Amino acid sequence: MSTKKLRRAGEYVIEKLLTVSGAVTGLTMLTITVFLFKEGAGLFRSPSVEKGYALYVHAENPVERLSVNEIKGIFDGEITVWNALSSDYPHAEIVPYRIEDIFQRYSESELGEDYALLPDKLAEVIRETSGIIAFLPQQYAPTGMTGVKTLPSQDIRPADFFGGTSWMPTATPAPLFGVLPLILGTLFVSIVAILIALPLGLSVAIFLSELAGTRTRKWMKPAIELLAGIPSVVYGFFGLVVLVPLVQRAFALPVGETAFTGSLILAIMALPTIITVAEDAMRNTPRELREASLALGAGHWQTIRKVIIPYASSGISAAVVLGIGRAIGETMAVLMVTGNAAVMPHSLFESVRTIPATIAAELGEAPAGGAHYQALFVLGCVLFLLTLLISVSAEWMAGKQSSKIL
Amino acid sequence: MIEAKDIDFYYGSFHALKHINMRIAAQSVTALIGPSGCGKSTFLRLFNRMNDLIPEARLTGKCLVGGEDIYGAHVQVDDLRRRIGMVFQRPNPFPKSIFENVAYGLRVNGMGDRRFIADRVEESLRAAALWEEVKDKLKKSALALSGGQQQRLCIARALAVQPTVLLMDEPASALDPISTMKIEDLIFHLRSTYTIVIVTHNMQQASRVSDHTGFFMLGELVEYSETRKMFTNPEKTETQNYITGRFG
Repeated sequence: MSTKKLRRAGEYVIEKLLTVSGAVTGLTMLTITVFLFKEGAGLFRSPSVEKGYALYVHAENPVERLSVNEIKGIFDGEITVWNALSSDYPHAEIVPYRIEDIFQRYSESELGEDYALLPDKLAEVIRETSGIIAFLPQQYAPTGMTGVKTLPSQDIRPADFFGGTSWMPTATPAPLFGVLPLILGTLFVSIVAILIALPLGLSVAIFLSELAGTRTRKWMKPAIELLAGIPSVVYGFFGLVVLVPLVQRAFALPVGETAFTGSLILAIMALPTIITVAEDAMRNTPRELREASLALGAGHWQTIRKVIIPYASSGISAAVVLGIGRAIGETMAVLMVTGNAAVMPHSLFESVRTIPATIAAELGEAPAGGAHYQALFVLGCVLFLLTLLISVSAEWMAGKQSSKIL
Repeated sequence: MIEAKDIDFYYGSFHALKHINMRIAAQSVTALIGPSGCGKSTFLRLFNRMNDLIPEARLTGKCLVGGEDIYGAHVQVDDLRRRIGMVFQRPNPFPKSIFENVAYGLRVNGMGDRRFIADRVEESLRAAALWEEVKDKLKKSALALSGGQQQRLCIARALAVQPTVLLMDEPASALDPISTMKIEDLIFHLRSTYTIVIVTHNMQQASRVSDHTGFFMLGELVEYSETRKMFTNPEKTETQNYITGRFG
């Protein structure tokens, strides 16, 4: 075989390999996304009450369905009479009942071998108490017995999930998966982080690209790039040891683990990316355009403002997207410094919990396949859509900027 | 009008211009010719201090424009560059609209209100023989124009700030013959108003458009005389060899 033929064969093989690796990468991405959404979608088909359990009431109780929040209110003792829920319901006291309450009436031996008599005894309790609502394992359920009504199980509703203001995934009988505090926590931390990082990063980029001498740039640029490579847990450690006490003292707060602390550490982490990408974009402005501007009598600053920054705008917006992406998706450092209270945030100086931190902190404890587990996958989807939305809109703005005639 | 006195110029240790003395007459066209790397562009860029941007460049000697030492301590470089316009080798319009390209120099120099700017833009585009072609699409991107139109736009942009001198660095070398012809026509029309110095590789172009020609070689000004004389009866044999195409 001639060398030419051999080379062609080699090129053919390489071409195919490249195609295959492209296809594999694409498929992997697709699989991950599909998996994420498939697992998450299961949440809205699981019952709002803990799996394997059900709620039972007295047969004459007209109650038909209860929302997650009503169930929680009842078992937390916040709702104490039935007609507080609806005027159609009796004016009777609500008696929340859990399986362990049975031991107040019967000893273990009275319940028989393997609790065989338990369903009968439970039914008895329900028949006797008109205002009862019992949260019981279906295994011992007094189903089908006279005087007992099973409340129909309801699926978790997307409205409760996306509109809910409490995230209590381990609450019984009905866990609350209200994702708003987490979304707000994420947005609080990320937006403030970007508001800090962006002006700072762009100033440094302008300084490095336009004002700094060759020597300054020569050591500063690699130093900044090095910062981008520090593992986030190290940043988190720094945040915990340095920033948390600093914030606590500076703002005279009871605790230093706040949304603002998270924003600070995220801003520090996003800076290297923003600086590097924006500086590259500005330095890529063709020399011809700079010279054209200067030759018309424009000053250095006018040239930066009117020629270089507009020219670099698409690169600058790429820097912004990368920065925001880093801020929204960052897990470890934020987990370490924000205090992780999953409550609706009211100010920057409160403890918050972000979506990635929630997933990282809770996935280990959530039983696989359960509602909590699935809820964490939905959080993953929310995060995915959030970053997607941001990159698409930034892309769109950059496109508009470059097609717009300045 | 323009005068170079004992100019020596260095890029680091490279001696790019060697002891150049030259007087350039006002309201005329002076062509600078010579082989690549002979220093003619470097020389041209001395007069709007474009070489200031190059680190490790060093200049000795005096550059006078209208009697003023343009490297003097009191000189405002921005103001100098407004008075001495430049057209570059490759058309380099800003990625802005046609209108904004021409208005740019006025805006950065803080000249005039909207009405004034609009008038001046039209005037400049007319002077650059581009008005008829672009008057209906002033808001369109300048990058959509052809190469020749872009170069005339760059000339209009330079004219808008009313310079007295126009430095042209091979303004037609990136253009097709018809566009080149239009640029040459334009230079011919502008000569009565401006002092034009043009660097060119094209000897025919130099002979067509210029009143005086300077021939540079290896950083030296070999010969400088009236264009007609230079191209018919050059004094030096190097000049003779170059313009007859024996090298370069």
